[in-house]
Amino acid sequence: MSQPLNFVPVAEFRERARAVVSNPDLQKSLRGAMDFLQAKRTVQFPDDAELQRLRDLGEAIRQYSLAHLPELLVTLEAKLSANGIHVHWAETPEEANAIFIDIAQRHQARTVIKGKSMVSEEMELNHALQEVSIDALESDMGEYIVQLADEKPSHIIMPAIHKTKAQIAELFAERIPGVHYTDSVDELIQIGRKVLREKFAAADIGVSGVNFMVAETGTLCLVENEGNGRMSTTVPRIHIAITGIEKVVEKLAHVPPLLSLLTRSATGQAVTTYVNMISSPRKPDELDGPEEVHLILLDNGRTQAYADEQLRSTLQCIRCGACMNHCPVYTRIGGHAYGTTYPGPIGKIISPHLLGLASTYELATASTLCGACAEVCPVRIPIPDLLIRLRTEAYTNPATASQAVRGAGSAYSSVAMALWHAWAATYRHPVLYRAFTWCASRFRFLTPGKQGGWTVNHRAMQPARRRFRDQLKDRA
Amino acid sequence: MTASTEIRDVYFFCTCLVDLFVPEAGLDAVTLLEKSGVRVHFPEAQTCCGQPAYTSGQPEEARGVARQQLGLFPQPWPIVLPSGSCAGMMRHHYPTLFAGTADQARAEAVANRVWELSEFLVDVLGVQLADQGAPTRVALHTSCSARRETNALRTTRALLGQLEQVTLEIQDHESECCGFGGMFSVRHPEISGGIVRDKVAAIRACGAETLITGDCGCMLNITGHAAKTGSAIPGKHLASFLLERSLGLSSDKGDAK
Repeated sequence: MSQPLNFVPVAEFRERARAVVSNPDLQKSLRGAMDFLQAKRTVQFPDDAELQRLRDLGEAIRQYSLAHLPELLVTLEAKLSANGIHVHWAETPEEANAIFIDIAQRHQARTVIKGKSMVSEEMELNHALQEVSIDALESDMGEYIVQLADEKPSHIIMPAIHKTKAQIAELFAERIPGVHYTDSVDELIQIGRKVLREKFAAADIGVSGVNFMVAETGTLCLVENEGNGRMSTTVPRIHIAITGIEKVVEKLAHVPPLLSLLTRSATGQAVTTYVNMISSPRKPDELDGPEEVHLILLDNGRTQAYADEQLRSTLQCIRCGACMNHCPVYTRIGGHAYGTTYPGPIGKIISPHLLGLASTYELATASTLCGACAEVCPVRIPIPDLLIRLRTEAYTNPATASQAVRGAGSAYSSVAMALWHAWAATYRHPVLYRAFTWCASRFRFLTPGKQGGWTVNHRAMQPARRRFRDQLKDRA
Repeated sequence: MTASTEIRDVYFFCTCLVDLFVPEAGLDAVTLLEKSGVRVHFPEAQTCCGQPAYTSGQPEEARGVARQQLGLFPQPWPIVLPSGSCAGMMRHHYPTLFAGTADQARAEAVANRVWELSEFLVDVLGVQLADQGAPTRVALHTSCSARRETNALRTTRALLGQLEQVTLEIQDHESECCGFGGMFSVRHPEISGGIVRDKVAAIRACGAETLITGDCGCMLNITGHAAKTGSAIPGKHLASFLLERSLGLSSDKGDAK
């Protein structure tokens, strides 16, 4: 377990991206899904002024929370402990898995039922549990589909958005015993629900993610639509919540604006079907609820982002997925191409902290910097600026690199650097620039017909017969 | 063509793409400004705003090139650019690029005087155009920088709206990026190609005869892809189109792109 399982060599990214871009069916379904999600969000924010005020508030709350992160985590731990919730700290996914497995083995747990948790994906928890012969079943319908197909989520909110109805129908018929093929969505959902109901009743441990942790009250807030989160956190004897350390806010009053931004930005809902506020295990006079509640808080590179004033804004994220829904790159390549737990624009800026820049800098370069992500981000993360910063970190000379990001300088190449030096030297000196552009124009017939990546998609560019500056003089 | 203005002098920053690849856009922008009663000054020592290096993670090289431009505008005149992308670079990113350096104040002073061409024509000069051309249908592509870092979407549409015989067709996914992204289009041709493919299809389908844009990068991307993959899309810089429609003048012979 020393190497993260989702470590992805940079070279495969291009191949995966190319495969998706050149698949017309996938292109159509991705576009359709993103258009649908964009439209749902738009309907939720009819008043732009209100949206901007709410974004200001969301940004302020997240920035305030991060500015006080160390103190808030101390308060949170004290409050949660007083409420009877066990708090565990994990620096790495391996530590988090070890903590989880330790709790499970103490209770001789054999089966785990999971609500949706992206941090458990970061940990590759299911894989770690499998290694110690504990069965983990995903209970979120999308996650369940992805697990049945032996795949990973392709979207942080809609894990199975890459699958068509027909593919899901085939998958269910093939993988669920006793199920006959049907492509009726209602029937498919009923099939899934039936399987999951039985598992809820039998599971030893329920797992959930957390959307917000409230320090002052020691409360774990969890939003969901299927009721599986409520089931996972109440039916099994043990509930283990897993999340990143950045999800804390100071006050309960900070939750409603963030909640409103989250659900409206993510799924275009004014509110989700379920909003769970978990503050303790079952009390003696209560009829249901888990006997034990644990919270595993994972760092996994978050403190690296935290330590840098600019990169810290990465941690403002409330995981709504709006950035990917509006991203022209995500719309073309889908979530799996990224090869990381978090795809899309947020994946490009968070993954370098989780996995290091060496295996992820290519993602930071794969952006037009169009800014659609930052425009919709409910907490105003300046994603394009962070992408430029990560590019800078990647291309810097490793000998003089700052220590801000693990793997800084890993894209450095002395040849590329020499070319940039030459470019800058030419464009810094008007005489050289004029000589260069004069030659390029005068000898335009020598312009190569193949111009690297450009002529893959375009007719070759050719300089004009006479430059603007020459023609301007002619005119005078 | 009428304009009311106190401003008599402006600096013109032509951008490196216009200088070498699309000179007619620069010439037409200068003519438009002059016909609006403005004296246009072209600092000969200008090269490039530095954006290619800046977005490629080379801030040192970007600063070196950008610093060269900071000294070109000694008079307190507006600086007009026929590009939302380069205008966005100088207006929004120069202050960041030079933050904490000896050139910070100079960079901010330049940034505060930067205007994208259509913004300047509408918001400063209040230009009124009289359409002289035959009925035509056009598509407008607004670059992401123009859309998000300047007011050019509003001002470009306002200018086109003054042309009575011109119908603006809105292509499918009009607000989406064209996939250019500068070095991105060279570095990630597989992804860039997927984005521009859809943009070209949308423009072809919308019924426009000409593509208008205020950014030559986007124009070269869209028309260059169209030319490579089938029927060409005639592309015109906004300046060339406005000049042709309002005064029957244009340097754009429609050949270079």
